Amino acid sequence: MAEAMSQNRKTAFSLARHSTGIIASVLFLAPIVWTVLSTFKPAQEARQPPLPPWPTTGFSVENYETLNAFGDGLWASAQNSIYVSVMTVLLSVLVSVLAGYGFSRFRFPFRDFFFVLILSTIMIPFQSILTPIFLVLTRLGLHNTLTGLVCVYVTLQLPFSIFMMRNAFDAVPREIEEAARMDGANNIAMLVKVMLPLVWPGVVTIALFAFLGAWNEFLAALVLMTDQSKFTLPVMMTALQSGRFGAIDWGAVQAGVTVMMVPCLILFLALQRFYIRGLMAGAVK
Amino acid sequence: MTAIAATSARARPRTATSLRQWVGLLYVLPAVAFVTVFFVIPLGMTAWMSLNNWPLMGEHAFVGLDNYVAILRDTRFWNALKFTFYYTVIVTIAIFAVAFPLAIFIEKPRPLTNLYRTAFFMPAVVGFASASLLWSWLLNVDSGLFSPAAYDLGLTEKKVNLLATFQPAFWSIIAMVVWKVAGFTMIILMTGLQSIPQDLQEAAVIDGAGPFARFRAITLPLMRRTLALALILSVAGSILAFDQFYIILRGGPRNQTLTAVYWIFNQSFVSFKLGYGAALSMVLLAILVALSLIQLWLLRKPEGLD
Repeated sequence: MAEAMSQNRKTAFSLARHSTGIIASVLFLAPIVWTVLSTFKPAQEARQPPLPPWPTTGFSVENYETLNAFGDGLWASAQNSIYVSVMTVLLSVLVSVLAGYGFSRFRFPFRDFFFVLILSTIMIPFQSILTPIFLVLTRLGLHNTLTGLVCVYVTLQLPFSIFMMRNAFDAVPREIEEAARMDGANNIAMLVKVMLPLVWPGVVTIALFAFLGAWNEFLAALVLMTDQSKFTLPVMMTALQSGRFGAIDWGAVQAGVTVMMVPCLILFLALQRFYIRGLMAGAVK
Repeated sequence: MTAIAATSARARPRTATSLRQWVGLLYVLPAVAFVTVFFVIPLGMTAWMSLNNWPLMGEHAFVGLDNYVAILRDTRFWNALKFTFYYTVIVTIAIFAVAFPLAIFIEKPRPLTNLYRTAFFMPAVVGFASASLLWSWLLNVDSGLFSPAAYDLGLTEKKVNLLATFQPAFWSIIAMVVWKVAGFTMIILMTGLQSIPQDLQEAAVIDGAGPFARFRAITLPLMRRTLALALILSVAGSILAFDQFYIILRGGPRNQTLTAVYWIFNQSFVSFKLGYGAALSMVLLAILVALSLIQLWLLRKPEGLD
């Protein structure tokens, strides 16, 4: 009797848990699914409220084609976004791996000062120094260039990624280095051949955060990129959504939103482990 | 410990070792250069510009504290700041009200927990700009989802424009931000929950403590640092809010949802009063630095532990 009771309670608990889980999951996923589905409606249908969200008058990629016809086109801003994000990843990984190694393995004058200096930039909102950044980029001849935007994004990534990389290098036992040095490896060779494979998970984590940060950033891109041919996706889509190219075509806007969201979702699903690692590292510090 | 290590390092023959150590400077140099050129110098310039009348074109002129005096009389800035704080308080409460139960829900490994966790977290990896564009469509009165759906279901007499008046517009933004951010806060809170030793909870159960007593006496105090971190992240993020108010509401209706960053953006990059914008930035910066100091204090390690 008692056993049957507790079995019943277990089933009831499990049922309640899964129904809560499913309802909550639907609430969180619905806006994303709704958008992606409705982008495949023909333009005429896309103007109507998305009830139901899926195409009812035939599957179409018309919205994506319309989007590509605005201004310099979807593909042009997508290329800008890809360039900025990939360059931010490469440059911030390069700079932070070097710095993480330097901070972890060497004792040189002002080491702690430099480390604290880099980390403390996280306390200051970059939103408050955008005007001078604009002037500095102008002085460097990087005004209104994607390279200038990359430099800003790399700088914003550095406190997190250098902190991550220094901890990653700290976790590598020194004996490994000493053995390699005995074999005659110099500093750079050792870093690339011996150390890099050992800190690889950290590199993936900082690369992922750098990509998402650069891909999604809006305010700096809005302020620093004044020429439409340099717009990244968020700036381009906002211009479209504000009616800068005539009547707002919501089908095209949703197509743009889909292009902006899908790479983030795929990267996250593929590299979830590394993403959570990064969050944990941030949370524990 | 560190002191001993340092002395023993110093006791070694100096020249060769310390020369080798200097190489480290070369490794960190690129990072230091980036931070100096794109952060430290702009920061110094902000402070200097705030003391100048600095138009986009033409000469700038030193005006001392005039910009700061002007801020005192700038009621629209104070309104923006007031609105920003109001938004911060409401959105933080809303985020915690959703994220805490979710964190408890996914804390223990049970069947399908990982799947639920991933689903709740998905909106967090979407950018704020994408999320805002998405919701500006859902909230649109003609082509969107909410108004037409409410009308079709007979809940409203006609299609209501949610973005036309302050209250529905404000709460729409809150709903969007909670949707986007709750998963992130949930993960932070989950790490705190998981760090509480299981035997402590079990001992309390044996002592006859109910779930609420356990939550108050064990969970909350042991989660102090995690709670503080999640709180500060939410507060700092909300004070700097811009994307959603710019994209969905353009600061409207009737400029009632202009945030602090939005006002600085308007002054600096729409009106091109760069000096005045810099002075406003200094005020914002002071608020955020004060917040960071509070954070360091809240996150300090418990005494005796290091």
